[in-house]
Amino acid sequence: MKFGIVTFPGSNCDYDAYRAVVEVLGEEAEFLWHKEHDLRDADVVILPGGFSYGDYLRPGAIARFSPIMTEVVAHARRGGPVLGICNGFQIACEAGLLPGALLRNAGLKFVCEPVRLRVENAATMFTSRYRAGQELTIPIAHGDGRYTADDQTLARLEGEGRVLFRYVGGGPGADEWWSPNGSMRAIAGIVSDEGNVLGMMPHPERAVNELLGSADGIGVFESVLSRVNA
Amino acid sequence: MTRFRVSLHVTPRRGLLDPQGKAVTDALHTLGFAAVRDVHVGRHIVVELDAADRPAAEREARRMCAKLLANPVTEDFEIAAVEGGAA
Repeated sequence: MKFGIVTFPGSNCDYDAYRAVVEVLGEEAEFLWHKEHDLRDADVVILPGGFSYGDYLRPGAIARFSPIMTEVVAHARRGGPVLGICNGFQIACEAGLLPGALLRNAGLKFVCEPVRLRVENAATMFTSRYRAGQELTIPIAHGDGRYTADDQTLARLEGEGRVLFRYVGGGPGADEWWSPNGSMRAIAGIVSDEGNVLGMMPHPERAVNELLGSADGIGVFESVLSRVNA
Repeated sequence: MTRFRVSLHVTPRRGLLDPQGKAVTDALHTLGFAAVRDVHVGRHIVVELDAADRPAAEREARRMCAKLLANPVTEDFEIAAVEGGAA
């Protein structure tokens, strides 16, 4: 199975994603330059983390118009899996592949630390290797990760089981929806209505080996691999 | 075609948490501006473009806002001024 990892100007987690796929998962991966119009037969597309176009205007606002995004959107419309991680989540929202938006963290600070997540739905192509309710430790590193959507969208996401990951923690007395960035309903990751586009702010590709502090993130890659190979 | 200069404001949608506006409000209060009730921080964008007339320039600017300059999910925009062309 082949992963295509899009490199935008300012992407900085494309190599982490490459290593997760090639060295840990043992699958094939290729970098796709954002100006290309060819996914090179990738089965799965990864929109990696970073600061595409310097976050000018809004994170992801300009990257979504990169030439390769035409192909990524077409791939997604055909049902092809797309993993949008961090900046990739922001790009997927700007491109209309996922609902809502990621706004400046409520605390106004860039937050770079391991966080705890709860798997809310393990019956998706991105989470089948986890158990519902399982807690994971995966790092975040973002300044604009506050998931925001209108009430109707939130109700739909919840009702359709499309919230895959939620932040947990915050210590004694913390709000029910505590999150490190002020996300509505502590949402850390969602999936598209067809279930084939994942957007998440935490970085599973940075948590694929105990040497990195956690190997909890590899399940995302293993899940999509088992689905595509099935 | 005539050259126009369109100034537009993009602001966080009212009702959404605006931590930056809140931080500035608090800072102004600290400085003694007790009368300040609310602050919203957005973007001021100036677009220079060629258009047949003012309405056309404004129409184009609105399309740019809808497609790129503002996020329809979280932001509002307004055309603050259209300068240039015949008065």
